[in-house]
Amino acid sequence: MVSNQHGEDERLRTIGLVRSLLSRPALGAAGGAIVIWTIFAIVASDRGFVSLQGTATYLEVAAELGILAIAVALLMIGGEFDLSIGSMIGLTGMAMTILSVNLGLSIPIAMVLSLAIALGLGFLNGYMVVRTGLPSFIVTLGSLFILRGLTIGTTRLLTGRTQLGGLDEASGYGVMSAIFASDISISGVEFPISILWWVAITAFGTFVLLKSRVGNWIFSIGGDVNSARMMGVPVRRVKIALFMTTAAAAWLVAMIQAISFTGADVLRGEQREFYAIIAAVIGGTLLTGGYGSLIGAALGALIFGMVRQGIVFAGVDADWFQVALGSMLVMAVLVNSVIRRKAAETKR
Amino acid sequence: MSEKKILLELDSVSKFFGNIIALRDISMQVRAGEVMCLLGDNGAGKSTLIKILAGVHQHDRGEYRVEGQGVRFDSPRDALDRGIAAVYQDLALVPMMSIARNFFLGSEPTLGWGPLRRFDLIKAARVAKEELAKMGIDVRDTSQPVGTMSGGERQCVAIARAVYFGANVLILDEPTSALGVKEAGVVMRYIAQTRSRGLGVVFITHNPHHAYTIGDRFTILNRGQSYGTFGKDEITREDMVTMMAGGEELKAIEQEIAEIESEANAAGE
Ligand SMILES: Nc1ncnc2c1ncn2[C@@H]1O[C@H](COP(=O)(O)OP(=O)(O)OP(=O)(O)O)[C@@H](O)[C@H]1O
Ligand SMILES: [Mg+2]
Repeated sequence: MVSNQHGEDERLRTIGLVRSLLSRPALGAAGGAIVIWTIFAIVASDRGFVSLQGTATYLEVAAELGILAIAVALLMIGGEFDLSIGSMIGLTGMAMTILSVNLGLSIPIAMVLSLAIALGLGFLNGYMVVRTGLPSFIVTLGSLFILRGLTIGTTRLLTGRTQLGGLDEASGYGVMSAIFASDISISGVEFPISILWWVAITAFGTFVLLKSRVGNWIFSIGGDVNSARMMGVPVRRVKIALFMTTAAAAWLVAMIQAISFTGADVLRGEQREFYAIIAAVIGGTLLTGGYGSLIGAALGALIFGMVRQGIVFAGVDADWFQVALGSMLVMAVLVNSVIRRKAAETKR
Repeated sequence: MSEKKILLELDSVSKFFGNIIALRDISMQVRAGEVMCLLGDNGAGKSTLIKILAGVHQHDRGEYRVEGQGVRFDSPRDALDRGIAAVYQDLALVPMMSIARNFFLGSEPTLGWGPLRRFDLIKAARVAKEELAKMGIDVRDTSQPVGTMSGGERQCVAIARAVYFGANVLILDEPTSALGVKEAGVVMRYIAQTRSRGLGVVFITHNPHHAYTIGDRFTILNRGQSYGTFGKDEITREDMVTMMAGGEELKAIEQEIAEIESEANAAGE
C-alpha cells in the first residue's frame, strides 16, 4: 500500500517502525515470556520446571491472575483503575459461603446472588467515578478498604469467625465443582479447569476489544475522552460496564477458589489488584489508557506465574519473588513509555 | 451566482451573553456549492455565530432558517440530523487509534447478528480509504494511528468523516490557522473538492489570504456586527484586510511600520 512516488524514504521507514510496534502491544510480553521460560528451563530443569507437573503449577497461578488481568486491562485501556478487586474476591467468596453454608441455600443460587452483589458493587464504583469525576484510583482505593472491612466485620458478626469451611456439604457442590474446580488429566498430570476459563476469557475479551463496536469505544474513551464524547460514544455507560466487568472477574476467581478450597477466608484476594495491574502493564497496556492488548495481559499473567513458581523450582527463597516482580514492572513501564511517546508524537 | 440554492439563512440574528452583545443583527446566507468565508478579528463573534448554526448555542433574536424553514436547534445532534456538521479545532479524533477506527467512531458499521454482531473493520478501512482518495489524499494504510499523520491530513480526516456522514453544510472553525503553508494548501484543496460536490461550506479564518484563495462570498464581522456579505468581485483583498481590523487602526499601524523600516534602512546604510 506504500506508494513509492514519495521520495522520502527516511520518513516512510520511521512510520513503518512505529506502526509495527504500535500494532503489536503484546510483542514485548511474548518475548519476555520466552526469555523467562528459557532462564528457568536452564536453571531449574532438573527440579522439574519444564515437566508437565511443573507446567501445571505455574499455569494454575497464571490462570487465576489472568482472569483478573483481562478485565483489568480492558478497564485500563478505557482509562481507569480498579483497586478494589482483591477485596471483591474476599467479599464475594465469603458472601457465597455464608449464603450456602450458614443460610442453607444451594451453591448455584448462592453464586448467582454473590454475582449480583459483585455487579452491584462494580456499578457503584463506576457510578461514583463518572458522577464525581474523581480519579478512579482514589474512588476504588476507598472501595478497597471499605469492602475488606465490610467483609471482615460482617463475617465476624454473623459467624464469629474469619474463615468458613464446609462448602462440600452444601447442595449443588458436585456440579459446581466440576465447572469451577475440577482437573483435566493430561498423561497423568492434573491441569486445573481454571486454565480453560482463562483461555476462554482471553479469547472472548480480545474479540470484544478488537472486533466489536464496544471495543472501539473503549479505546476511544481511554485515548481521548472528549473526542469520544463529541462523536456520540456513550462514555458513562461504557465506563460503568467496565467496572462491572472487573467486579465480575473478581467474582469468578472467588468462586474458583472457594469451591476448590471448600470454603472462604475474609483475607482472600489481598494484593490481587496490584498483581493484575502489573500483569496488564507487563502485557503492554498503558497506565494512561487508550492502548493495550488482552493477549498481552494474558502473557503478563503467564510471566507472573512462571516467575513466582520458577523461583521456588530454582530453590531460591520465595522472598525474592517480589524483587523480581517489581523490577519487571518498572522495566515494562519504561518500554511502554517509549512506545507511548512514539504513538503520541504528532507531526506537523 | 445568486441562483444557487440557499441552504442556511440568518435573518437579523442577535446573541447575548448576559450583558455582552456577542452578535447584533447578523444576516447571512450559505448556498449549495459555495464557500462562505467568515472573517473577523479576535472576539468578533465568529465562533459564536457558527455555534448558533451548529446547534451549540441558541439565538436570542431574529430568525435562523434551514432550507426556508425557521429552526431552533437544541443540540448539535439536531443540527447534524439536518445535515449541518461542524469540525472544531480539536477535531474529535483519537490520536492513538487508527484512521479507519477514527473515521467510524461512534457510528461503527456492523456485520452479523446478536452476540456475533461485530465491527466491520474491512468495510471501515475500505470506506475511509475511498473517501480520502476522493478528495485527493492517498492514505498508505488506514490502520496507521491518526497521531502519526500530519496536522493537515488529520484535518482532512475529520472533514471527510463529516462529509461521509451526510453533511450538506460543513462548518470549519479555523481549519488552517495552526497549519504551515503546504498543509494549509492541502486543506484548502480539500475544501474546494467539498464545494464541487455541492455542499455549502462555512469557512472561518483569521487569514485573509486563505479566505481570498478559496472563498466565493465573504461575511466580515467586527465587534459583533456585520459589515455585510460581499461577492468575490465586489471586494479586494486590501479592503477585506482593512475591514477586518476595523479600518483606521491598520492604516496607522502600516504607517508606523513604514517609519520603523525606513529608520532601520537608514541605520543599515
Ligand atoms: N459563553 C460565553 N459567555 C460569555 N461571553 C462569551 C461567551 N462566548 C463568547 N463570548 C464573548 O463573545 C464575544 C465573541 O466571541 P467569539 O468566541 O465568538 O469570537 P471569535 O470571533 O471566534 O474570536 P477568535 O478569533 O478569538 O476565535 C467575545 O467578546 C467573547 O468574550
Ligand atoms: Mg473563535
